[in-house]
Amino acid sequence: MTDWLELLRRTFLDFDAMWLVFPQMLGTGLKNTLIISAAATVIGLVLGMVLAIMGISRSIWLRLPARIYTDIFRGLPAILTILLIGQGFARFSQSVFGPSPYPLGILALSLIAAAYIGEIFRAGIQGVDKGQLEACRALGMSWPRAMRLVVVPQGVRRVLPALVNQFIAIVKDSSLVYFLGLLVSERELFRVGQDAAVLTGNLSPLVLAGAFYMVITVPLTHLVNYFDNRFRTGRRPTAGPTSGLKEVHEMDRDVDPLVHGENT
Amino acid sequence: MSATTTGRPSDTATYRGSSLDLVDLRMAYGSFEVIRDVSFTVPAGTTTCVIGPSGSGKSTLLRGVNRLHEPTSGDVLIAGESALEVHPDRLRQRIGMVFQHFNLFPDHTALQNVALALHKVKGVPKADALEVARERLDEVGLGPRADHRPRDLSGGQQQRVAIARALAMQPEVMLFDEVTSALDPELVKGVLRLMASLASSGMTMVVVTHEMNFARKVADQVVFMDEGEVVEAGPPARLFDQPQSRRLRAFLSEVL
Ligand SMILES: Nc1ncnc2c1ncn2[C@@H]1O[C@H](COP(=O)(O)OP(=O)(O)OP(=O)(O)O)[C@@H](O)[C@H]1O
Ligand SMILES: [Mg+2]
Repeated sequence: MTDWLELLRRTFLDFDAMWLVFPQMLGTGLKNTLIISAAATVIGLVLGMVLAIMGISRSIWLRLPARIYTDIFRGLPAILTILLIGQGFARFSQSVFGPSPYPLGILALSLIAAAYIGEIFRAGIQGVDKGQLEACRALGMSWPRAMRLVVVPQGVRRVLPALVNQFIAIVKDSSLVYFLGLLVSERELFRVGQDAAVLTGNLSPLVLAGAFYMVITVPLTHLVNYFDNRFRTGRRPTAGPTSGLKEVHEMDRDVDPLVHGENT
Repeated sequence: MSATTTGRPSDTATYRGSSLDLVDLRMAYGSFEVIRDVSFTVPAGTTTCVIGPSGSGKSTLLRGVNRLHEPTSGDVLIAGESALEVHPDRLRQRIGMVFQHFNLFPDHTALQNVALALHKVKGVPKADALEVARERLDEVGLGPRADHRPRDLSGGQQQRVAIARALAMQPEVMLFDEVTSALDPELVKGVLRLMASLASSGMTMVVVTHEMNFARKVADQVVFMDEGEVVEAGPPARLFDQPQSRRLRAFLSEVL
């Protein structure tokens, strides 16, 4: 029985094996995971916004391509997209970025993320009260300006929690670029753990990689909940209860023809 | 002029409203005709109240004047010029509109709400726009609340900010669509007083309302609409005291 437990411990929680890869995990793995995820998120946000605006436009020639793009990249397994792009465009990439598959990995993740983020933005923007756009238009704002100044910022604010969730998904999916065969200095968390696991015949380095993922994702999950609660409650506590009766006389003037007219 | 610290509204500026003519106006949603041959004139600086049962097309009519919904035929004349021949964005800078549900920008303060379009649409430098916004807020009695966000204001205060926002653009005509219908009863009066003082300051106003007392006291002309048509129009005393048509009599017996 103790043998069995000891075997489990050595397979998953061999602290010596973990300690050995820890510097690499921190210096190479974590760094690259964060770079890949952040880059994919930024590009995904930009492309996603373009897709969202296309998706709500009145022109079918903008809506349709956005729809098709979204259906494709949301409909395919991430690994398939990453392999198709990572290997299919290797030639192009080579002439621009050199032999590293790193940029193509980021590009593939970005394209997938854009499809999801586009849908998030679109839902957020469409959820903004129609009266907001109407008020802008009634003030003489053009449609693009009204969107940019008023509607889109409100829509984005509504979907911040969903965007954080999307970032969490990207962090986890960034492990898939492993399939493109990264250079040693480009390995992200999963690849660092996987290589060390193969080398030592022990899963502990992968468990350590898992711990690193959790360190990124779990706090973010709680951040989402915090956002969610804050946005749900809406109205901030002010100085205490107020009375609408006080306001009755806010429009009183020293000379008010209407009011005085009533009395004469 | 800087913010009055007393919170008393400053006197309403004097406005120069333009005349508004509706000429055989027709409007439709798809193939569904909602406004049929509506014609009336609102002389410069006067107030016309539009009354009528729900669904009679009052909101649609207002939205036709500033072309939030394009008329199918007929014409709208502002100061004698056809509104249908200018660019809608230019037209709307000259026509202020106030909505039932205020539609203030929730992430802007009262001051920013009033200054936004002035700065971004009319291109007034930011400092000047804020100055004008402050004056308009003083006028509607909200100078001391310039830095509040809409959610920290009562419905009545929000509606007065919305009026200030429209006035800041120096419109020639103001359109009001049931602006007190969403307000708690004790907050209605402040908004109506503001509108009354605006009416007496030279603004041209078209007011869709269910406040019959307001229409009787403030309007120069009352237009009764039903089923997309003007059934009766004239001075308030005549419409309210000697209604000619059966439909207006029926309507008044329901609302008075
Ligand atoms: N966006 C729309 N699409 C189709 N039909 C509409 C639309 N808006 C209004 N209508 C119809 O047009 C008619 C006139 O509506 P409108 O809102 O102008 O009336 P109203 O007099 O303002 O009514 P209320 O007092 O309820 O505000 C109604 O029959 C309504 O159902
Ligand atoms: Mg209406």
